[in-house]
Amino acid sequence: MPAIDIHGLTKSFGSIKAVDGLDLVVGEGLCLGLLGPNGAGKSTTMKMLTGQAIPDGGSLHVLGFELPREAKKAKARMGVVPQLDNLDIDVTVEENLAVFARLYRVQDVGAAVDRALGIARLTDRRKDAVDRLSGGMRRRLLLARGLIHDPKLLLLDEPTVGLDPQIRTELWTLIDNLRSGGTTILMSTHYIEEAERLADEVAVMAEGRVIARAKPSELIAEHVGVSSAEVYGPPERLAEVRAAAEEAGLRVRAAGPAIAIVGAEQAEPGLIPEDAVHRAASLEDVFVLMTGEDAE
Amino acid sequence: MKPVRRLEPAVILAVMGRELANFRTFWKSTAFTSTFEPVVYLFAFGLGLGSTLVTTVDGVDYVQFVGTGLVATAVVFSSALPAMFGTFVKERFQRTYDAILAAPVDVEELVTAEMLWIGLRSAVFGCFPLIVTMFFGLEPELTMLLVPVFAFVTALAFAAFGMTMAATVSKIDQFNYVTTLVITPLFLVAGTFFPIDQLPEGFQVAAQFNPLYQLVELVRGASFGLEAVDALRFAGLLVLAAVMWRVAINRLEKRLII
Ligand SMILES: Nc1ncnc2c1ncn2[C@@H]1O[C@H](COP(=O)(O)OP(=O)(O)OP(=O)(O)O)[C@@H](O)[C@H]1O
Ligand SMILES: [Mg+2]
Repeated sequence: MPAIDIHGLTKSFGSIKAVDGLDLVVGEGLCLGLLGPNGAGKSTTMKMLTGQAIPDGGSLHVLGFELPREAKKAKARMGVVPQLDNLDIDVTVEENLAVFARLYRVQDVGAAVDRALGIARLTDRRKDAVDRLSGGMRRRLLLARGLIHDPKLLLLDEPTVGLDPQIRTELWTLIDNLRSGGTTILMSTHYIEEAERLADEVAVMAEGRVIARAKPSELIAEHVGVSSAEVYGPPERLAEVRAAAEEAGLRVRAAGPAIAIVGAEQAEPGLIPEDAVHRAASLEDVFVLMTGEDAE
Repeated sequence: MKPVRRLEPAVILAVMGRELANFRTFWKSTAFTSTFEPVVYLFAFGLGLGSTLVTTVDGVDYVQFVGTGLVATAVVFSSALPAMFGTFVKERFQRTYDAILAAPVDVEELVTAEMLWIGLRSAVFGCFPLIVTMFFGLEPELTMLLVPVFAFVTALAFAAFGMTMAATVSKIDQFNYVTTLVITPLFLVAGTFFPIDQLPEGFQVAAQFNPLYQLVELVRGASFGLEAVDALRFAGLLVLAAVMWRVAINRLEKRLII
C-alpha cells in the first residue's frame, strides 16, 4: 500500500485551478521532492493531504485512509512541517513539544519530548521561550514538533524557504537522517539543490499537475543530456549564440545573466563559443526547461 | 469502517492545554486588570454616585448593586473580546489554528476547546468583582457559589459570538463595529449601573433579550435571593450558548477548511 495515493485530484479557487488533475503515488519509505514554481499548487496539495482543503474532485488516500472522510485517522500517523513558522513563541521549547504530544495523544509525553529535543539538538534549550531561539533553532524545533509522535509519513512544505545557507544545511542533515531511518517524506520545494540532495525521486509540478517524475539523475539524462555550456556576455552576443544553437536543434535557457546551452555534448565543433563554461547537466536545467521558470 | 468519534475529550483537553501553557506567560497582567477594574468602577460609580446621588436601589446598597452588576461586565470583557481578537490573531497572524488542524483535531473540537477555556477563565474572573464588593459590605451567601456557573454559561455564549465575528470579519479594525454596535450597548443596558425599570418600556423589553441583563439578574438573585423566574433566565442562557456554539463551529469551518 502506498503512503500517498492521489488520482485525478482537482481543486479550484474561483477561476484559479490550483490543482488540476493531479496523479501522485508515493511508495512507503520514499522521499519524494515536489518541485514546482510559485503557484504550481504544492501547498494546496499539502493542505488536501491534511484535510485542511477539500478537493473538488478525484481521489485521495493517505496511509490507506480515504480523505477527507478519514482525515483525522490519517493525520494521527502523519507529521506536518509548515511553510511558515507557527510555534507558540512565548511558551518554552519543551511546552511547545508537549502540547503537540498531547494533541497527537502520545502515551508517554515526557519521553516523546525528550526524543524530539534530541532530534532538534535543543535539549539544553528546553526551558527557553521560543522567541529567545535563533532562526535555525526555531526551524529545527518546528521539524521536531512534526516528529513528536514518530509519524510514518512526513509532509514538509518548503522546509527551508527563506533560510540562510547554514540553517538550510543543518535542516538538510536532519531530513536526510529521517530519510535514512525509513520515514516516508513528501517535500515540496522550489530549491533545486534541496530536491537534488534529499529526494530519492522528484516530481516536477506545474499548473496543478505533475509533468515529469523520476530519479533526479534519470530526469537529467532523459530531458537534458550530459552537459550544459553557459555563455556570458552582452545581450546582443547572447542572442546570436542562442539563435545559432537553436538553429542547430539544441535547447537554450536563460540562466540569470547568462544563457545555458543544454545537451552541449551533442553540439557540432565550433558551435559553442570557446569561452563558454562547461558543466554537468543539472536538475535546474530540467526544471527551467520544463516549467519555463527561472529557478533559484 | 467505523467513523471516528468526534469531540474526543482527550483532544479537547489537549487544545485547552495549549491555551493554559500560553496563559501561564501572561496571567499576572490579566489577573491584575480583572481585580483592578472592578475596584475602579466601584469607586467611581458605587462610592462616587452612591455617596452623593443615590444610596439604595430596590433596598440594596448602591455599592453592592453596582458590584454585583459588574460580574457581567467582567464576563463580557473576558470572553467576547479575547475570543474575537485571540481567534483572529491565532488564525491570521500566528497561524496557530493551521498548526492545530494539521494534527488529528477537528474544527468542532478546536472551537469547543477554545470556548470551554474562555468560559472557565471568565467563570473565575467573573467572581472577582463579587469578592471585591465583599470588602464593601456585601454579605457572602451560599447561593453565590452559583455565580461562576452563571458566568461560565454566559461566557460560552460570548466566546462563541467572538469567535464567530473573528471568522466573519476580513480585517481586524472591523471589530470596532462589533464593539460599538453590539458589545457596548449590551453592556450599557444590562442594568449594571442603574435598574432598567427606570428606562422606557421599549428598552425594558429589549433588555429581556440581552444575555448580560439576564446574567446581572442571576448574580443579584444569587446575592440577594433567587426567584423562580431565574431558572428561566438560566435556561435562556444555556440555549443561547448551545446555539452560538453551533454557529461558531459552522463559521470557523468555513474559514479554516478551504
Ligand atoms: N486560499 C486560497 N484562496 C484563493 N486562491 C488560493 C488559495 N490558496 C492558494 N490559492 C491559489 O492557488 C494557486 C496554487 O497555490 P499554492 O499555494 O498551492 O502554490 P505553491 O505551489 O505552494 O506556491 P509557492 O511555491 O509560492 O508556495 C495559486 O494561484 C494561489 O494563488
Ligand atoms: Mg507553497
